[in-house]
Amino acid sequence: MGFVFGPGFFQSSPVQVALIVGTVVSVVSGVVGVFTVVRGQSFTGHALADLGATGGSGAFLLGVNQLLGFVAIAAVAAGAIELVGLRRPRGRDLATGVVLGAGLGLAALFLYLDTTFSNTTGASITILFGSLFAIDSSLVPVIVALSVISLGTVLVLYRMLLFSSLSSDMAAARAVPVRAVGVGYLVALALAVSLSAMTIGAVLSTALLIGPAACALRLTRRPGPALALAALIGVVVTWLSILLAYDSYYWPPGGRGWPVSFFVVALVFTFYLLTQVPVRGWFPRRDPGRSSANRRLEGR
Amino acid sequence: MFSGFMVTTWLAATMVAVVAGVLGFFIVLRGAAFIAHAVPNGAFAGAAAASLLGLSSLLGLGIFAVGGALSISWLSRRGRHDVVTALALVLMLGLGALFLSMSEEYASEMFSLLFGDVVGVSSAELLPILGLGVACVAATLVLFRPLMLSSVMPDAGDARGVRAGRMEVCFVLLVALATTMTVPIVGAFLMFSLMIAPAAAARSLTARPELAMGLAVGIALLIVWMSIALSYLSGWPIGFFVGMLGASSYGVARGFASYLQSRPTQRQVASEPIG
Amino acid sequence: MDATRIDGEEVLKLEEVSVWLSGRQVLREISFTLRAAEMTGLIGSNGAGKTTIFRVILGLQRASEGRIWMSGRTRSGRQPAIGYVPQTVVLDPDMPLRARDVVGLGLDGQRIGIPLPSRHRRQLIDEMLQQVDATHFANARVGRLSGGEQRRILIAHALISRPALLLLDEPLINLDIRSEHEVVALLSRIAKEQRIAVLISAHDMNPLLPAMDRIIYVAGGRTASGTTEEVVQTEVLSKLYGRQVDVIRLRNRVLVVSGSDETSATDHEHAHAIADPGLV
Repeated sequence: MGFVFGPGFFQSSPVQVALIVGTVVSVVSGVVGVFTVVRGQSFTGHALADLGATGGSGAFLLGVNQLLGFVAIAAVAAGAIELVGLRRPRGRDLATGVVLGAGLGLAALFLYLDTTFSNTTGASITILFGSLFAIDSSLVPVIVALSVISLGTVLVLYRMLLFSSLSSDMAAARAVPVRAVGVGYLVALALAVSLSAMTIGAVLSTALLIGPAACALRLTRRPGPALALAALIGVVVTWLSILLAYDSYYWPPGGRGWPVSFFVVALVFTFYLLTQVPVRGWFPRRDPGRSSANRRLEGR
Repeated sequence: MFSGFMVTTWLAATMVAVVAGVLGFFIVLRGAAFIAHAVPNGAFAGAAAASLLGLSSLLGLGIFAVGGALSISWLSRRGRHDVVTALALVLMLGLGALFLSMSEEYASEMFSLLFGDVVGVSSAELLPILGLGVACVAATLVLFRPLMLSSVMPDAGDARGVRAGRMEVCFVLLVALATTMTVPIVGAFLMFSLMIAPAAAARSLTARPELAMGLAVGIALLIVWMSIALSYLSGWPIGFFVGMLGASSYGVARGFASYLQSRPTQRQVASEPIG
Repeated sequence: MDATRIDGEEVLKLEEVSVWLSGRQVLREISFTLRAAEMTGLIGSNGAGKTTIFRVILGLQRASEGRIWMSGRTRSGRQPAIGYVPQTVVLDPDMPLRARDVVGLGLDGQRIGIPLPSRHRRQLIDEMLQQVDATHFANARVGRLSGGEQRRILIAHALISRPALLLLDEPLINLDIRSEHEVVALLSRIAKEQRIAVLISAHDMNPLLPAMDRIIYVAGGRTASGTTEEVVQTEVLSKLYGRQVDVIRLRNRVLVVSGSDETSATDHEHAHAIADPGLV
């Protein structure tokens, strides 16, 4: 056992904080992520996360905690998305991309100013790639509270969210407040993205949002189990990552340890590939459209 | 600002802008914005690896960019690609972070790779970059018509012997080459902005391909030149200026385009669908 | 909510309803009545106003003039007593919903919170699946079903809340001939058995002819309603279009052809009403 768990693993206070925060955050990310993937809003999640970098670095500049920065900018961006609404998809992607460019440019500036004014070089790394082991334990209640809000919103809206993701027309015809549900979901998404930005960084948080969710969607065809599975996969990945990051202190190049966030994204990617293997071959047939039609003819 | 090592930067940057404008036109046409986000991230990991191993970062950039581009192209043909490319993109970033964490120059190296560096190109790298740029532009111009055909009407292209799959691979390779030369100056995170914003701005101003491409190159040149100058003078990162100028140029172009459209013209045809 | 309706009872009534959209009059003083256990076809080409009529009935679009009257009282706002099957539902193949889950959403998809598993609920869903002959793919991912199968599931979804009125927007599009027949037969049977007023919109009335009790013909925002014999006549339709059209009956099929001085209609398979922009 001493071989798997590096010395002092369970007693280490940063590890304990990391485990608590990591668990809570990955549950929220997994659950919200399922709806994100289903609604085809992965790019929105990615954009919110990248913009989180702007918020976090801005917050750092103002001397405010980065979590506040993440949440603030995510809320603003989500509000903007809702206001702008959904126009032609291609035009929307271009506009989002350009706005993202401006946002990232600002992040570049803020991070540069952070390093020059505060004489610490750690800000960039923390904001972009996370700092799961460096989270202040006083922040834990805030993180848990925000997670509960995000998760709670999704669970309260559960049926209406499924319904409006299936077809907003049909839901509207049944008196579901589609617009309000969409806003509620965006709020939950903004919170989830901000929280996972705290743990593995703004730039990498997409992995925790859509990775476990995508795995779960391949493994089950029912909504409830999909949510549970996404949360479970997220938690397992996070625990393993924390363990590996702690142990890697002794791995080359020695004395520093590998970043937790690296393990998270690597494990998420691996899990996802594993869920792909049994169902599809590695090499596509000439016409993928035809193969699914073939499956229907076979009566599946 | 115009002497010594800056000459290298100006020359390289000019080449970069031309390539960005030319290729960006096709990226916007094909709706392949995602590729412009994904390939630079792979390149970032390569540069980080090269830096760790003490190799030329241009080499690392190139290898990972090409490898990443081909993988994305292959993966995207396997059906649902947005999730796996998003995960691969993020994995590349994570790898880059890992490699950099192992090296001594973690923070500053990472910063210039992600957000650009006025001195990002050494004089030894100038010639390879110029060569890559010329090759890129030449290849794109040679392939102009088949690329147009397969971008706008892939089925018609197929019938004419222009295989969409092959064009896709060529195209993605060109993006990889462009990435290799752009990332050292503009940074991995903001490269996509240089590729997309000028071309998007040009497209909202004109629908004629040659004009749009020329306009894209022009706007890209303006953006790059101004970004380098401003960055040199203020010390602020190039990426900041590229992002802001890109967004501004797009906004201005869109605004100008809708102003032009709102003016009454004789050939205003009722283009609304009936009902 | 048991169906205590009697055959022929009025379920929905539109009186002189007009709708203006973006400065254009899309519906002009249309009036019609839908009755329990009757299947009514809403026939017209694209742009004639069919979808607007649906949206007005569903309460998604306010009528600028006129009254809408449902089951005994004037309606304002939306009520969940209407089943609706839209024209296109793009279903992601990875969507974590089985066919039976989609039907279940028809029961309580508008409620807050998580559904508690209950035998009664499962029973209702099973019964509805049986009604539409979908039991054998009840547990399949809804995004992987064929077009016809998905239509049947959507119909089950709309019916499970025991509506008095069922609206289907172009349910026969993109179906092969056999599926067309099956869907029409299914809807006709359901209308009679559950005493539901069924309104189906289509641009081709021929697949519906065998089962249609009444027809509402839409052209240029105006309607003519009644039985097929009453409405599908040269004089009536010419008046509706505001210009000469001819109604040709060929064996069991009906073709509506525009006047001889213009490029004449269309293919033989579908009755085709040409929407003239000048009418709108």
